[in-house]
Amino acid sequence: MPHLARLSKARRSPITKTKSITANLRRSLHRGIRPGRGRLGDSLFAAAAFLAAAGIIALMALMVYKLMQQAMPAVEAFGAGFVTSTEWDPVNNNFGALPFIYGTVISSLLALLMAVPLSLGIAIYLSQFAPSWLRSPLGLVVELLAAIPSVVYGLWGIFVLAPFLGKTVEPFISGHLGGIPVFRGPVYGVGLFAASVVLAIMIIPTISAISRETMRNVSRDQKEAAQALGATPWETVKMAVLPLARPGIIGAVILGLGRALGETMAVTMLIGNSPKISASIFAPAYSIASVIASEFAEVTEGRHMAALIEMALILLVITLALNLLARLLVQKTGSRATKAKARP
Amino acid sequence: MSEYVQTPEEEGGNTMMPAPPALPGAVPAAGAHGGHQPERGPDTGGGLYRQSNLRRRSRNIRSRLAHALCALSTVIAMVPLALILFYVIYQGAGALNFSFLTSLPKPVGESGGGMGNAIAGSLILIGIAAVIGVPFGVLAGTHLAEYRSPRLSWIVRLLSDTLSGVPSIIVGVFVYTLLVLTFKQFSAIAGGVALGILMLPTVARTTEDMMRMVPDTLREASLALGIPRWRTITSVVIKTAGGGIMTGVMLALARIAGETAPLLFTALSSRTWPMGLDKPVASLPVQIYTYAISPFDAWHKQAWAGSLVLVLMVLLLSIGSKLYFGRKMQRAR
Repeated sequence: MPHLARLSKARRSPITKTKSITANLRRSLHRGIRPGRGRLGDSLFAAAAFLAAAGIIALMALMVYKLMQQAMPAVEAFGAGFVTSTEWDPVNNNFGALPFIYGTVISSLLALLMAVPLSLGIAIYLSQFAPSWLRSPLGLVVELLAAIPSVVYGLWGIFVLAPFLGKTVEPFISGHLGGIPVFRGPVYGVGLFAASVVLAIMIIPTISAISRETMRNVSRDQKEAAQALGATPWETVKMAVLPLARPGIIGAVILGLGRALGETMAVTMLIGNSPKISASIFAPAYSIASVIASEFAEVTEGRHMAALIEMALILLVITLALNLLARLLVQKTGSRATKAKARP
Repeated sequence: MSEYVQTPEEEGGNTMMPAPPALPGAVPAAGAHGGHQPERGPDTGGGLYRQSNLRRRSRNIRSRLAHALCALSTVIAMVPLALILFYVIYQGAGALNFSFLTSLPKPVGESGGGMGNAIAGSLILIGIAAVIGVPFGVLAGTHLAEYRSPRLSWIVRLLSDTLSGVPSIIVGVFVYTLLVLTFKQFSAIAGGVALGILMLPTVARTTEDMMRMVPDTLREASLALGIPRWRTITSVVIKTAGGGIMTGVMLALARIAGETAPLLFTALSSRTWPMGLDKPVASLPVQIYTYAISPFDAWHKQAWAGSLVLVLMVLLLSIGSKLYFGRKMQRAR
């Protein structure tokens, strides 16, 4: 019993000299004042924990610094024209990021267009309508979508989804809505549209899980008030749940967008990998993450690599900004919901 | 909740009596998790503020329609999951056999061959990642939960949440510039470091959450016995929160086991057995990617088989951890 043996020595510690042991212990809990022996161990352990926590900050700072440092040659060579130029010519050492930015943004927005209504439906169903015994198994199944590795989505996309889209869905849309330029043109299966569909599937769990959580946190008296006024279940959701959960839902959508922008493997395997901007959403395109994935390992020339790293930096800055914004929104909903709960 | 009309007459006695639903297949109460809701009796008519039957019916229909649409979207989301699992099992099981799990890949044109080296490589990479990510993450989580310093804590919390949203390929580029460029060598270590960084936020945040659930009385009891604070944390708090922390670690491992993008230019790939931690190493996800985009049918089959192995690995880890944690939580209550 080493603990008991230590007890007698602990009596000589400064803690016994003060008035109230309990008060001291409580204070030590909150301030980290160390009672008695083990001071060295305590300082070492506290220092290690502090270093680990500070290490996360250092890691992020180092990440931004390293990418900036490596991107410098491209920044110096192309300046602001980098993001507006459509040229991607490794042979002549000319690089512009616009086609990749276009492909990334359009595929992610299309994915959002498909994923947001479905995810909100799922979130509402799982938090409000579904019978309670069904909620957690259904929630688990939807979360399994997030567990499937992205390369498996890509594999399935290449061999199952893209041929299916290319043979049935895309000709159908093209045939009926071909008058609109975005649906015009040849269909290949593989292309911007196929990438968006897979992206949509991949971000559904993110958006639905977070918005479900914020909807569940909406205080019950709000819902009961609506019900007492005679609202139908749907009216209750519309009047009491959605308005209170709105910041959290927006946060969830932004997090989903962040995930879609940075998703690499499935997009690389499905988007067609062609650095062109075409009007049709069925045409092949390219995204920032996928050009890094497919060209980075084979790069031999300095400016080419710097151009790829500068694009990585652009993507990093965008996703950082989106994530910060989303976290703040989700936190805001959380605190508002608890405040509503705490009110008598 | 099958009728939504309030009439002055009803206000009195009927409210607490659960009435049978007026329509078959009526919508369940919105607050189903909240236990019993008082249900309204069938409309007895004649009230001063009575709504017209037509309007009431249209509101009910709209509500039921919304309910159906929400249920439908849940079903739609399950279709791709079912399809993916079906194809991975159907296509993968055909190509999967014992020699696939144990042998080296063969050159194009020769039959047979497997992903033994990739599976071994994946295990090595996950091992390195765990060695880096778990202690780092648990310590950072400990700082957040036990040494609450308000100024540092919120920024660490925010940054680790943000780090979990950083695209994995960018972590790959970062580790490339940090390690591969410095040592001029693609290596298993670099791949493991990239994966370790990716598991950091999950481990840190679950550790924090789990340690916060440990009641203060346990800490006070331990400190009252004269046990130093660091021993209190390691043998009382971490031990109590251990199951939850384990769950977080398993979830993080499940996440990184399937990561491909950060390995493409850190661990690279190889067609031999792992030669050492400072050498490029094959991994299951990268091998699947290489085979999937190749033009050869035999390789496509191998990619499906590899996917089956990978999906089984990931699902076992993540479902296992969730079930384990679910049981823990129930026992805690």
